[in-house]
Amino acid sequence: MSEQTPELYQKRIHIHPRSVKGRFRNLKTGILALAYIVFFLLPWLRWDRPNAPDQAVLYDLPGRHFYIFGLTIQVQDIFWLAGVLIIFAILLFFVTGLAGRVWCGYFCFQTLWTDLYMMVEQWIQGDRPARMRLDKSSWNREKLMKRGGTYAAWLFIAFWSGLTFTMYWVDAPTLVVDFLLGRAPYAAYFTTLFLTTTTFVMAGLAREQVCTYMCPYARFQSAMFDHDTLIISYDPKRGEGTKGRAKLGKGLKTYEERQKAGVGDCIDCGYCVQVCPVGIDIRDGLQYQCISCALCIDACDIIMDNQKWPRGLISYTSEHALQGHKTTLLKPKTFGYGVILTAATGLLIWSIVTRSPYTGTVEQIRQPLYTQMSDGSIRNTYEIKLNNKLTAPMTVGIRIQGLPGAVLDMDGMDHIDLAPQQRIKLLARVQIPPIQEDHEGKEDHEEKEDHEGKNDRDEVTFIIEALAGTTAEPIRREVPFYVPEGD
Amino acid sequence: MSDNTANTQQPAGTVQTTGHAWDGDLQEYTNPLPRWWLWCFYGTIVFSILYWIVYPSWPVGDTWLKGTGTVDYTVVDKATGKEQSKEFRWNTRSLLLEDLGAAATDPQRKAMLAKVETSDYAQIAKDPKMMEFVRSVGKGLFGDNCAACHGRGGQGVIGMYPNLTDDDWLWGGAMDKIHETLVQGRKGFMPAFGLVLKPEQLDDVAQYVLTLSNEAQPGEASARGKDIFHGAVGGCFYCHGADAKGLPSQGAANLTDKIWAIVDIPALKTPPEKQAALKTFITNGVNNTRVMPAWKDRLSPTDIKLLAVYVHQLGGTK
Repeated sequence: MSEQTPELYQKRIHIHPRSVKGRFRNLKTGILALAYIVFFLLPWLRWDRPNAPDQAVLYDLPGRHFYIFGLTIQVQDIFWLAGVLIIFAILLFFVTGLAGRVWCGYFCFQTLWTDLYMMVEQWIQGDRPARMRLDKSSWNREKLMKRGGTYAAWLFIAFWSGLTFTMYWVDAPTLVVDFLLGRAPYAAYFTTLFLTTTTFVMAGLAREQVCTYMCPYARFQSAMFDHDTLIISYDPKRGEGTKGRAKLGKGLKTYEERQKAGVGDCIDCGYCVQVCPVGIDIRDGLQYQCISCALCIDACDIIMDNQKWPRGLISYTSEHALQGHKTTLLKPKTFGYGVILTAATGLLIWSIVTRSPYTGTVEQIRQPLYTQMSDGSIRNTYEIKLNNKLTAPMTVGIRIQGLPGAVLDMDGMDHIDLAPQQRIKLLARVQIPPIQEDHEGKEDHEEKEDHEGKNDRDEVTFIIEALAGTTAEPIRREVPFYVPEGD
Repeated sequence: MSDNTANTQQPAGTVQTTGHAWDGDLQEYTNPLPRWWLWCFYGTIVFSILYWIVYPSWPVGDTWLKGTGTVDYTVVDKATGKEQSKEFRWNTRSLLLEDLGAAATDPQRKAMLAKVETSDYAQIAKDPKMMEFVRSVGKGLFGDNCAACHGRGGQGVIGMYPNLTDDDWLWGGAMDKIHETLVQGRKGFMPAFGLVLKPEQLDDVAQYVLTLSNEAQPGEASARGKDIFHGAVGGCFYCHGADAKGLPSQGAANLTDKIWAIVDIPALKTPPEKQAALKTFITNGVNNTRVMPAWKDRLSPTDIKLLAVYVHQLGGTK
């Protein structure tokens, strides 16, 4: 039980991470560069697309089409988005179970933008000691210039990030001109302003507070971890020895001296703590704040190299490995996630590859269910919805099958030319000649009773086929055909 | 962190607990809340006060705070057909009216309406886009004005309101005839033959009419009925025609087809039942019971045109 009265609110301790060089830093910088090249340049890429916008990646909400290179996604295909989200979720489970918070450390936009903002900060204000000095100094001319410059650069990055995001939803070159001339739509200004603000606040001001206090993923990731998951950890056995860690003091300089004295390999230089962007001490063990950015590994490797001691005092390892066991990566869990991931990805690709360039649905108009005509023949009516998904015209033919004697009447619209991306609803009437009763009073074809048992039900198949414009398979739709109750 | 590491790796004394212990060893951390989060909380309180000012919020006595927010929406004046923008207080009703106004003034819809107005019936019937538009708009118009009698799908009620989905039209099924019916309305009439003919004669005429659509076998009675039908005594052929196929200008029904608009003959099982039902009808005739109102003063010419096409495509074929 604690004697001290706990503080209710905590003042934020500002972190001034020191820069570090190393293999993980290089990997992170590489991923950052690649991600930014894709994000900032993709909206400017053009794509030859007749009768449609020429932006390679465009999410056209008013036109209800998503254009992704050669793929045009229509509203009814939006379930692919659900597929993509499912795949991303499983991929996250799969990777996190295997290799820990890889997403947090290398790919998350919070990490990427914070990283960039820190680079700018370091470029203008200098490394950790210089920034700490500037932080403590009074508001003189130098501080004003350096802080102001940093904020201005941050604001520009934030603005361009926000505007780039907006470019994915409208034609990019038009947007930039319209935006600057003040004639872009309200939504464009709002989106850009919103993202400018959040980018500036999250990457410039909030930083590790986002990961520590806001991000739900940071908290539920522990559910995906196990003893074999790769984590970044300090090796306490090696670092602490039997008598704990010790600085390079008198008589504790060489490896042999330290071994004899029983102290560990950690020289308590604090470099791993100084480079940490979330301000933790990795030597305290696995902590929820740790985003697995691996910069402390780079820091410790430099120190170990200087001492000419083996690297790996801080390294990617697992709890099992730390306890001296073997790390098993191929477990039922990994295998299960892998199978689901492969299946979901395969399904999505299959669904996209086998997509039809046009759709056709047939729906019975059920009021009235059927109509008896003056010559005793029976008519049912249907609404046909056609959708040309191509950016080119096509011709569609509609005919019926499977109902003896039936005649299709569409007022001459059973052959119809569809403009690029046109969707249309058509009316179809299907009529069968009067039902002949034989001597036993039974009708001459088989029928099923409908749910109420009131009317008899037959079936008719609509065949919707592309006659010109595409060679895709015809669409077959089997729909009910109702006739009056047999006596 | 996962439970197995939390106890062992959290350095002792760095995090305070509430001081309580449950089940012997369950303790609760008291991590202090970041102060900026507290300020965010105060921020939400300020936001809510601003919200009360802008949007409708608190009940006050028998009214409520209306808020300073406004919505501009376009209303179409029914009398002049002019559009005007009006400013209203923000509420969900205003938002709905704004949406409705946007639909009424939608340029695509207006362009389509203009096209329908200037096209003739043959052009409309051939154009898939115009027909799609007519079915979509016509469904609403029909539902508002016609469905109360003729039913949602136009199927009507036998004996009361004609079925509009079949190919039998009392007053003609061409688009211009349907247009005429809509504009001036219709009044069905048939004399009460009970005043003119004797009961036996009525039996015979009923029997003859049933044979016309194969509802009864020809015989002596129907032969007598035929004479009455085509002779001066009954005079049925004046309206129903010498071929008994009806006369659209009089609204006289075709008696030779399978469709019975007033007496539901096919639903009756035995020949005497059918004959009796038909006799009752011929005896009483039709007077002031089958009236279709005129719509020329209730609907705009465009609406009537849309409805004429809509009703025509329900039945089709003519």
